[in-house]
Amino acid sequence: MADTSEIVIEAEGLIKNFGRTRALRGVDLSVRRGTVLGVLGPNGAGKTTAVRIFATLIEPDGGHARVAGYDVAKHPQKVREAIGLTGQYASVDEDLTGRQNLVLIGMLLDLRLGEARARAAELLDWFDLADAADRIAKTYSGGMRRRLDLASSLVGHPEIVFLDEPTTGLDPAKREEMWGVVRSLVTEGSTVLLTTQYLEEADALADEITVIDHGRVIAHDTPDGLKRIVGARTLEVRPADLADVERVDRILRDVAPGASVEVVRAGILAVPVADESAMTEAVARLAAQGIGVIELSLHLPSLDEVFFTLTGQPVDDDDGRPAGAGRPSAPGATAGDAR
Amino acid sequence: MSTPPSSAATASTPPSSAATAGRVRPAQRRPFPLVRHSLALMVRSLIKLRRTPEQLFDVVATPVLFMAIFVYVFGGAISGSPKEYLQFVVPGLLAQMLAFVAVPIGINLNTDITKGIFDRFRALPIPRAAPLVGAVMGDIVRYSTTIAVTLGFGLLVGFRITTSIWAAAAAVALALLFALCMSWISVWFGLIARTPGAVSGILYTLIMPLTFASTIFVPASTLPGWLQGFVRANPLTHLVGALRGLLTGGAVSGPLVWTLAWCAGFVVVFVPLALRAYRRRT
Ligand SMILES: Nc1ncnc2c1ncn2[C@@H]1O[C@H](COP(=O)(O)OP(=O)(O)OP(=O)(O)O)[C@@H](O)[C@H]1O
Ligand SMILES: [Mg+2]
Repeated sequence: MADTSEIVIEAEGLIKNFGRTRALRGVDLSVRRGTVLGVLGPNGAGKTTAVRIFATLIEPDGGHARVAGYDVAKHPQKVREAIGLTGQYASVDEDLTGRQNLVLIGMLLDLRLGEARARAAELLDWFDLADAADRIAKTYSGGMRRRLDLASSLVGHPEIVFLDEPTTGLDPAKREEMWGVVRSLVTEGSTVLLTTQYLEEADALADEITVIDHGRVIAHDTPDGLKRIVGARTLEVRPADLADVERVDRILRDVAPGASVEVVRAGILAVPVADESAMTEAVARLAAQGIGVIELSLHLPSLDEVFFTLTGQPVDDDDGRPAGAGRPSAPGATAGDAR
Repeated sequence: MSTPPSSAATASTPPSSAATAGRVRPAQRRPFPLVRHSLALMVRSLIKLRRTPEQLFDVVATPVLFMAIFVYVFGGAISGSPKEYLQFVVPGLLAQMLAFVAVPIGINLNTDITKGIFDRFRALPIPRAAPLVGAVMGDIVRYSTTIAVTLGFGLLVGFRITTSIWAAAAAVALALLFALCMSWISVWFGLIARTPGAVSGILYTLIMPLTFASTIFVPASTLPGWLQGFVRANPLTHLVGALRGLLTGGAVSGPLVWTLAWCAGFVVVFVPLALRAYRRRT
């Protein structure tokens, strides 16, 4: 097993400006070998900028970044030997086939032609692209491109992998699949830094989560710790029969004493709960009283809710998403280490 | 998708764990990385060219079109008889076509960058120059086609090489060298311009006056005095002088030395500029 005490990705006071846009205003983060760090943030938070600095594509204006023990500004070539990057937007060569894309990367990584071909075939199989391997990448679907892109970044067995919003734009099944890929990378001993806009994704994959907003770190914790800070999950129930709303309401009050039950959408009741046991409890009681339900789910807070809790204000992003969309229902809107 | 969604991720393990021990880069760094990686990237260009041979349409059509226009439309007016003018203008057109043929590489590079494929290259441990050198080398096919079509069509309509086969071969080699060196200007613009359209806009605006204020179409002596200074400094004037000498006879060494000096100048100035722009491009 990898020695998880060694820090292999590290940023200290990272600063980057684009003209007058202050993309990063002093970001600190660190990732230990063999672990996954989730970098969570809304549009324009600076996630991509940070990843591009780590991957030696741009240089920081201030602060330091070290990857695999090397400063990205001083020894970029050493860093490049250790990393694989899957950027936010697929960077595959659309005019080559999937296989040619991978063989080319293999050649550029100094594999011999035979080795490069073998590695390409392995990856195409693994990423379920074997059937499309000899088709030109222009004809690939968005999800296929995304997977080819990820495969391209794994050709050289990199010890450190950067994934910038790897599941954005994937359907739920493909998202699960991508999560599986990330998990097996870690099993293999890779260190992974991934960015995401979903707490759920960070929770599913990451050992630790760094939350950034407006180029600053606003929280850093384990998923469990973060969930404690941002408050409970939400249990949502939609009774099959609207006449049962009253009874469901009473059950929810019982399983989550003290919390307020809200009607979030027509016929759907929601209540903040502390942990999964509330769900089991609710299911048991609903069954005991013979109440049919169409929908019953346990949600982590959305990114909007996380931010509302951490910053006390709704997400205002650069990309014109309506600020505060999805009013937070999580309690405790004043978190400890938030600014 | 051929298999159930979960199979790829959950059922199988990554292939590498079984195949190789350890997680280091599998290959030893091998010698001459710039040469090998540039070659690999050149192959990439060639694969694309093979897939879309219509990319060669312009280098075939333009010389034919220009030749026809200058010989049959302007030829009589400029130099008495089309036949005579042909001997004069074919080496000139060759030089003009070489100036034009260097433009698309900048446009292509700019497109590559906007598509993000260069991000992948820049995050790989390869020499910084390799993607650029590879692209320039991949363009040799275009340059060779230009030269072949221009000379070939010229010969077809009556142009005659009056020197030797060796001199003609030297002319072809010089033409190719000039195109390769000059393409670095295009590469540089391709890296600093914001859009592919801007690249072609800037480059054609530069090249047009260069080709006309030269000895490509008319002898320098027919031009007004104030223009002659510019014409004599123009690299295309020297190139066309050397090509005329090598193809139809006349002084060679003077214009040849100047042409080689210009080639060296292009490389010395624009290769570093291009590399710097490539590194800075975000
Ligand atoms: N090349 C650039 N030129 C100018 N501004 C930029 C550039 N790259 C990023 N920015 C700005 O820097 C800020 C951070 O951008 P960044 O792409 O890092 O955010 P992000 O967290 O990745 O967002 P998203 O979730 O939308 O991908 C934004 O305000 C963005 O507009
Ligand atoms: Mg981003």
